[in-house]
Parts: sequence; C-alpha cells; structure tokens
Amino acid sequence: MRALARLVLFAVALTVCGPVAAQSLEREVGDFTEKLEIGISTDEISITSDFRGADLTIFGAIDGFDADLLAQGKYNIIVVLEGPKDNATVRKKQRVFGIWVNTQSMTFELVPEAYSLSSTRDIATIAPPRDIANMGIGVDHMRLVPLGFIGDGSSLGEFRNAFRRIREESGVYQRDPGGVQFISSSLFKASVRLPANVPNGIHVVRAYLFRDGLFVAAKALPLRVVKTGLEQAITRAAHEQPLIYGFLAVTLAVITGWGASLLFRKE
Amino acid sequence: MTVYLPIAELSVNIFIILGMGAAVGFLSGMFGVGGGFLITPLLIFYNIPPVVAVATGANQVVASSISGAITHFRRGTIDIKLGTVLLCGGLVGATLGVWLFSLLRSIGQLDLVISLLYVVLLGSVGGLMLWESIGAMRKAARNQPTQLRRPGQHNWIHGLPLKMRFKKSKIYLSVIPVATLGFSIGILTSIMGVGGGFIMVPAMIYLLRIPTSVVVGTSLFQIVFVSAYTVIVQASTNYTVDIVLAFVLMIAGVIGAQYGVRVGQRLRGEQLRALLALLVLAVGIRLSIELIIPPKDIYSVVSAGFGF
Repeated sequence: MRALARLVLFAVALTVCGPVAAQSLEREVGDFTEKLEIGISTDEISITSDFRGADLTIFGAIDGFDADLLAQGKYNIIVVLEGPKDNATVRKKQRVFGIWVNTQSMTFELVPEAYSLSSTRDIATIAPPRDIANMGIGVDHMRLVPLGFIGDGSSLGEFRNAFRRIREESGVYQRDPGGVQFISSSLFKASVRLPANVPNGIHVVRAYLFRDGLFVAAKALPLRVVKTGLEQAITRAAHEQPLIYGFLAVTLAVITGWGASLLFRKE
Repeated sequence: MTVYLPIAELSVNIFIILGMGAAVGFLSGMFGVGGGFLITPLLIFYNIPPVVAVATGANQVVASSISGAITHFRRGTIDIKLGTVLLCGGLVGATLGVWLFSLLRSIGQLDLVISLLYVVLLGSVGGLMLWESIGAMRKAARNQPTQLRRPGQHNWIHGLPLKMRFKKSKIYLSVIPVATLGFSIGILTSIMGVGGGFIMVPAMIYLLRIPTSVVVGTSLFQIVFVSAYTVIVQASTNYTVDIVLAFVLMIAGVIGAQYGVRVGQRLRGEQLRALLALLVLAVGIRLSIELIIPPKDIYSVVSAGFGF
C-alpha cells in the first residue's frame, strides 16, 4: 500500500498528454468524434516485499462525447492491466500403473502472466460477444495459441479451459465488472487489481471505449512493475550472479554448521 | 509470522519452517544422519515446490554435516585418500544428476521421479534396517552376541582390478566400486537433496568391508563436498536454491541437533536403528500415498521463464 501511495493521480492533467501518455499506442476508428485519454501518475511501480496485492487506479476522460448518449449510459469502458508475456505449459495427469503421472502437455505461446480486467459492466453486455472475442478482450477470449504439434487438436479446448481456470484460481487473472466508474460526466476512474504475485516487468494498461455496443477508441500505457526489498535483491542475485549466490549459500551453511558446533562445545 | 521465500515465490509461516528444521535437526543428531532425506519430503508436504526443496535440502545437508566432518577430521577418523576417490565419483555423479534434474524438469517428470526415488529408497533402506534391528534386538534379548561385520569374508567386489592401497582403512581395494558408490550417491544428492549417508554407510560397511571406525568420517567428508558442489551447480543452472529457506532451516537444525545427540546417547544402538527405520518407512509411505491418491487438480500450469 505504501508503494501505491506514491501513485498521486492526476485527474487535472488528463486531457493534456503527460510524458507517459505521449508514448502510448493510439488506435481510433474513423467515424467517431470521441477520443479517449487515460493517465497514471507514474510509469513505474515499486513493490515492497510485504506486498499483498493492491488496487491500481487509472483515471481517464472521454473527449468529444455526445451528452445525450452519455446521460443514457451508452458509453462503456473496459480497462485491462496485462502483464508481461511468456510461454506457459499446461500438463495433465493420468493414472498409469496405479500412480498419477503427467502424461500430456500443451504449451501456449506468449500468454500474459497477469491479467486484470475492469469494466463499467459485464463485458458480455457492453458489445456483441463476437466483437469482444475478435478484439481478444477478457480471459475467455485471450488468444491461446498452442506451440508445436498438438495432434488432431481435439484436446485443445480442454487444455485452454484448464489454463484459464488455474490462472483465475491463482488470482493472477481477475475480472471486476463494475471496476470502472464515472466520477463526473466524462471523467472515469478504473481500479484494476495488482495480484500479490504480480510478475516483474512491463505491464500494459489498455482502455477501450464503446459507444452503444460499438468499439470507438482504445488507448494503452506502459507500466513498469519493479519489486524492491531484500527478497527481491536475493532473487536478482540468484538469477544474475548465480555462481556467487551458490558460493554464498554454501558459505552460509559452513558458517552456521561450524559456528554451532563451536558454540555448543564451549557450554 | 510469515516470511516470503524469494526463490520458492511463496509466503510461509516461519515457525513451521523453524519447527521442521528443529525436528529434523533433533532426529539427525539423535540418529547421526544428515537429515536431507527427511527435510526434503517435509518441505514438499508443506507445498514448497520440489525443485526448490531438493536444492535447498542439499544446502541444509552442508550445514548439518560440516561440524561432524570437522570433528572426525580432528580425531583422524577420515580416510582422505578413500574419501577423495569417493568424492571424484561423487562430483561426476552430481554433475550428471543436475543435468538429469534439468532434463526431467523440462519434460515435466521431475516431481514424479523425486517421489518415486524417495519411495523406493526409503522403502527398501527402511525395510532392511527394520529387519536387521529387530533381529539384533531379538538376539540381544536372548543374550547372543550381535555380529555386524564378518571381517574375514570377501565378495566379488574384492576381485575387481585397479586396486589401490588405502592406508588409513588398512584395506587394499579396487577404485571401481568406491568411485561407483560415490557416483551413485552424487546423483542422489542432486536429484533428491540428500547427503546419502543412509545408503553410503551401510554400503561401505557391508559391500566394501571398510572398517567401521573410518566409515562415518569418510562418508561425511564426501557428503560435505558433494552437497556443497551440488548447491553451487543447482544455483547456477536451475536457480532453485532458496537461501532464506535454507538459512531458517539451518539455524533451527543445528540447534535441534545438539539436543538430539544427547537423547541419542541414552538409547541402545539397535533401538535407535529400529526407530530410524520406522521413521524412514513412515516418510516413504506418506510419499507413496501422495502418488496413489487422485490429485486435487489433474492439470497444472508452468510458466516458461521461471516456474515449476
């Protein structure tokens, strides 16, 4: 929470593109006059070792909106926080000669390691499901492309479902229909959940604007998540200086073992 | 109070880890074993990923064996030459073991192999030990002398070539069985996170006919170096040594061991062996149940960058 206190949010500077927003990837569709702007006060979040998950707040505004439509609640927003991508392997156990053994596996190519979705309402009611699916929004529509040979593909659905279920159960994939709220006529506030086991790396905040079921505009901002503290220093040492780390671990064991025998011999 | 384990990537209750370390330390002091074969399964039962449990277990073995090794060195009960031959085999075995470990991990069969090896080894060693100690207890009850070793007998091992004279042990023995024994233990150290004393000591006494006086010291000499080597290789190839977990275990372990030694001295040898055998069997049975009962979830997800 302390780390997040540093996220001083700038609602005022929303329409003026900050240094972060300037780098953002913009995607707009021709016919609409609406523009979408989002902002986070920082492009980097430091997470201390006692971090147990928190909410990240993103502010945004719709520019050039139609007041009537807004009053009728025809504007809907989906905000997604997507973690860094990596390949993930799903394994399935089967009973072989009485014991449970991993027999089948499937690797999905470059799937996000974290995915939190917030929206003004249930995404299925925001736009036609086919559009949402085509855009790949939501855990259910996430592109899960298997890597390598998968046979006749009959088990693809089963492995995809298992992957989504396990990731949702472990809390790294989350959804909150109602996490995006309008705070004034065209200003909105979105809270997305950072899970306790949030992965390090570049995350992307994406916002999508829909008008009456039609996709209008999207905006993306990068967000760097950096873990800090002793534990993180240890993890870094283990991965960046593994040989020294190994020697250190052994030295620690030698000192502890030897030290204890000296200590107890005196008594 | 929870502590976050940076390599295992989960939060654990520090008192449970301290308790585990102390209990295993106590038992290892009592029975004169390294305790790796107890600590690794316990960590796995406590949901520490097996890859981390094994590599960290090897680190704990270094701490629990070093003081014993130093004591034996001072007393001169280590056959350095014999130990070096064992060690040469052990280092090759540990290197191969870490390579096998990475391979098994990449094909998703590591957890299974770790559990199977534990079940087979703990089951057979525990069973043999129980059998032997019950026999010894029955003989003791009938006031018959117990014979652990028949020095005059030779087996096929003593006919092997490449013989070498080991002065301290006062034996003339081929280096092939010695290096092979070291090699096998090295593999077990890197795949199971054990020192391997519970296999090495009986093998040295019964198979190689090495005098009991140097067996424990020499095996500890080999265990310290092979475990230390394994820790370094595991750390640099698999990044699975959790120094926080290892440190908490070590601290509790070395203290627990001091009290274990005192209790152990009050018990008779065969009683001690029977108790140890029951303990070994219990751990083996617990692990085999895990393999047989249907898992909570037949699916598991592993991330490519770092995961289990």
